[in-house]
Amino acid sequence: MDEFIVISLIKVLVVFAVLMTTLAYLQWVERKVIAHIQVRPGPYRVGPHGLLQPLADVIKLITKEDLVPPYVNKPLYLAAPFLAITMALLSISVIPFGPTIEVAGHKTWMQLTDLNMGVLFVLAVSSMGVYGIALAGWSSNNKYALLGGLRSSAQMISYELPLSLTIAAPLLITNTLSLRELVEKQSGGIWNWNIIHGGQIVSFIVFLIAAFAETNRVPFDLPEAENELVAGFHTEYSSMKFASFFMAEYANMITVSCMATLLFLGGWVAPWPAEYGSSLVPAVIFALAGVIALYHAANAARSRDRKTFPVFGVVFLLIAVIFLLPMVQSWLVPLFWFCAKTGGILFTFMWIRGTLPRFRYDQLMGFTWKFLFPVAVLNLLVTSFVVALVS
Amino acid sequence: MSGIPISWFLMLSAILFALGVAGFLFRRNIITVFMSIELMLNAVNLSFITFSYKLQKVDGHLMAFFVMVVAAAEAAVGLAIILTVFKNRATLNIDEIDSMKN
Amino acid sequence: MDVILFLIFAVIAVVAAINVVVQTHPISSAISLVGVMGSLAILYLLLGAEFIAAAQVIVYAGAIMVLFIFVIMLLNAGAEVKKGQSTMALFLGLPLLAGLLLVMCWYLQGWFPAGTSVVFGGFQSAAANAAPLQAGGSAREVGMALFTRYLLPFEVTSILILIAIVGAIVLARKEME
Repeated sequence: MDEFIVISLIKVLVVFAVLMTTLAYLQWVERKVIAHIQVRPGPYRVGPHGLLQPLADVIKLITKEDLVPPYVNKPLYLAAPFLAITMALLSISVIPFGPTIEVAGHKTWMQLTDLNMGVLFVLAVSSMGVYGIALAGWSSNNKYALLGGLRSSAQMISYELPLSLTIAAPLLITNTLSLRELVEKQSGGIWNWNIIHGGQIVSFIVFLIAAFAETNRVPFDLPEAENELVAGFHTEYSSMKFASFFMAEYANMITVSCMATLLFLGGWVAPWPAEYGSSLVPAVIFALAGVIALYHAANAARSRDRKTFPVFGVVFLLIAVIFLLPMVQSWLVPLFWFCAKTGGILFTFMWIRGTLPRFRYDQLMGFTWKFLFPVAVLNLLVTSFVVALVS
Repeated sequence: MSGIPISWFLMLSAILFALGVAGFLFRRNIITVFMSIELMLNAVNLSFITFSYKLQKVDGHLMAFFVMVVAAAEAAVGLAIILTVFKNRATLNIDEIDSMKN
Repeated sequence: MDVILFLIFAVIAVVAAINVVVQTHPISSAISLVGVMGSLAILYLLLGAEFIAAAQVIVYAGAIMVLFIFVIMLLNAGAEVKKGQSTMALFLGLPLLAGLLLVMCWYLQGWFPAGTSVVFGGFQSAAANAAPLQAGGSAREVGMALFTRYLLPFEVTSILILIAIVGAIVLARKEME
């Protein structure tokens, strides 16, 4: 019992630390991706290639004046960002990042807890996330914030319907609500992933579209658009409370990408089995990155690059060597595949943000009720017919 | 390891139900009256699930599930009626909405 | 351990329920009601009702109460104005309420002797079709019962929801010119 508590505490600390760093650097990645789509460099000056920009942003947000306007409804005003960030971080606790890991003789899952109704837990927590936004809009006593909050809540609960229906379709095939068992039933290779073996390509696309709307991302980000509603529901918030709303949005993005990976893309299962060499892929990728960095260090354009690029090159080569060590390969390579797939979906989020314009509010609501919801229902019907016929 | 006596759950259900009835009878705002009805329905759900535990059958859970579904349908229609009443009478005080004639 | 959890969440539920009845502004009542539903969900988990606990949070606290909060925000009618409250009624009524509740608790205590006590994990499903460590109220059990023994009520509730949707749309639409 004590060993269980100590191991769980260590896992919580590790996951929390990694998650907070990822949230900060996800913003850096987003700004770089959108900048390169728009053919400009993006954050460049704070640290090499802007890598210290998130640190500067955190310092700025912490040291800003924490203003509580006198006309707001204080209890709700202070509670709303807490609700938002708590619900956003709570759903990470059931997500499995890889198979079992063994450290110093103690075996444990790479997951904080495996509930046997894990999918329902994630759905429940994301339903409660609506309250943070609705209460933020209401308590601010400001018509732009109220409009933004109402629109955002209505959008989130409308898009929960297609989201839940498309989650139900792969569950019909794998017959379990536990997230770990969901991935274990997709093991083998890319032909066993739910998107190919179960034919869930329509579910995957509808899930992604509903996920965009659930997390208030472009093209569904009217409730927080700067040129429409001042800043939407977080107009009256400053400093750390504003930062909590942003962290909550990125944490929701990460949760939804992890769910898409687990439900449709096979979690930590490699595309082809390990006997045919798929454990060497991460080492090869990082070694290539290291070689390219060293090559550019040799013919560098700026004098500053002559010092920073070799460091990057050596770091990448070291990571490639770590991926080749047999003692960590059993858990590091599946973790790499999980992060690669989740990272791919996160990149899609940012790619679409840089490309598409946003929907008008009535177009947005008409889209879900008249198109996405019937498609999700039809998809569920077809999947259940096929499952009933095949088994 | 002793558990919780089952009568405690039923007592809690009775207290919540009584509070719901009190809110239903004493409050004048129509939305608060509606929320007291939801409180009563929740108390009854707790009672169903407690008896389901006692009898070790899952039927009580099914009853609670149907209560939830009916509560959802009732909330939707009831709130639409409240919106219409507010549009016509401009008040939410049930003392002032006491006759069919305007 | 179970007793401590029960006591904490039962107290939260009762305090929030009193708050629902006592608060003047409807939105404070609505948020207290969400608190009641959350603590009831935890009590359902203690009773082994996993699926109903999740359904309570997803459907009741996450959709129905959001609907209530929308309507309160849209109508924006403000806090209730209390008039004509007599303190004599308060002095007589509250002790009477407490007394009646005590009598009811005494009788409940007598009808259910200490034999059955609720332990977390005490509700296990029938051994025939269950995987080990499945609670009796897991999605599998509820689903099996819902689609075999309770199929007719299930279909009827789906028609009920359809009626509710049509009714709500008809009531809330604008007048055709």
